[in-house]
Amino acid sequence: MDFAGSDATRLSPAGRITSAKIVIAGGFGVGKTTMVGAVSEITPLTTEAVLTAAGVGIDDPSKVPGKQTTTVAMDFGRITMADDLILYLFGTPGQTRFWFMWDELIRGALGAAVLVDTRRITDSFAPIDFFENRRLPYVVGVNCFDSAPRYAIEEVREALAIAPEVPLILCDARQRESVKEVLITVVQHAMATLRAERARAGVRV
Amino acid sequence: MRSNNDPRGALVRPYAVTRGRTEPRQDIAIEAVLLTSPRGQQEAAFFGRDKQIIANLCDGRAQSLAEISAHTQLPLGVARVLVGDMVADGLLALHEPLFEQNDDDRMELLERVLSGLRRL
Repeated sequence: MDFAGSDATRLSPAGRITSAKIVIAGGFGVGKTTMVGAVSEITPLTTEAVLTAAGVGIDDPSKVPGKQTTTVAMDFGRITMADDLILYLFGTPGQTRFWFMWDELIRGALGAAVLVDTRRITDSFAPIDFFENRRLPYVVGVNCFDSAPRYAIEEVREALAIAPEVPLILCDARQRESVKEVLITVVQHAMATLRAERARAGVRV
Repeated sequence: MRSNNDPRGALVRPYAVTRGRTEPRQDIAIEAVLLTSPRGQQEAAFFGRDKQIIANLCDGRAQSLAEISAHTQLPLGVARVLVGDMVADGLLALHEPLFEQNDDDRMELLERVLSGLRRL
């Protein structure tokens, strides 16, 4: 047996490994998986949840006679940040009708990025509504496809009807540095949101 | 990476693997990580092929429930049942993310992730 522990994750100081996640949302084909792959240490993997067409009894088709089953796929990546800290990036399922899956995805998430294609800007309405409803801190990344029309960033903000405090940045989902910047913005925004909540609650930060 | 587009393949075999059970013993988060315990290293082979595969996967390298599901090509719900059993049987050590953490813990985690991203 290897007691030397060549893999650091086996020997974290407190013995506890913390994992965190950031959610990447956006319409079908907007570049969510590309974005995950740009920074992930592993080739993005896919996990599938099997559910009934009605969306009840998750993963349990036996409880609904004569129902149809559907598979919802989620792509994700991983960044091992320290021997005791792993960040996962989860792409949301493309079809927004699988809301219950989104609930599981955002539970405990640090924050989210909504990736926008300016040619199909309405695709981003549903995830933005969802995150606002669930009070999950999110940022908007406008993916700059080569052929996409270049809107002034404030025009995009207006079209999306998002609050002035929501960060809105141009990005390229293929570029590691650009994706890094989006993720950093997500975390910074989550920190700012937390500080603002504390200030409102009268807690000195 | 879809293992099988045949819905029967995607459903019947996996739930045969769990002997028809669909409710996990505990609710394990999709990003919760698991590590094979010394007991798991030695005894997982006696708990069936799928559990042995999972024990090998998490031996010496922490893997999330999502990664276990992806690598075994088992649906998330099935992987959750198997992993829940393995945790209960002491074959895997579960490291759950802290959902009900206080603001200080939350801020510390955010700061750690931020510096981790900057180092990328």
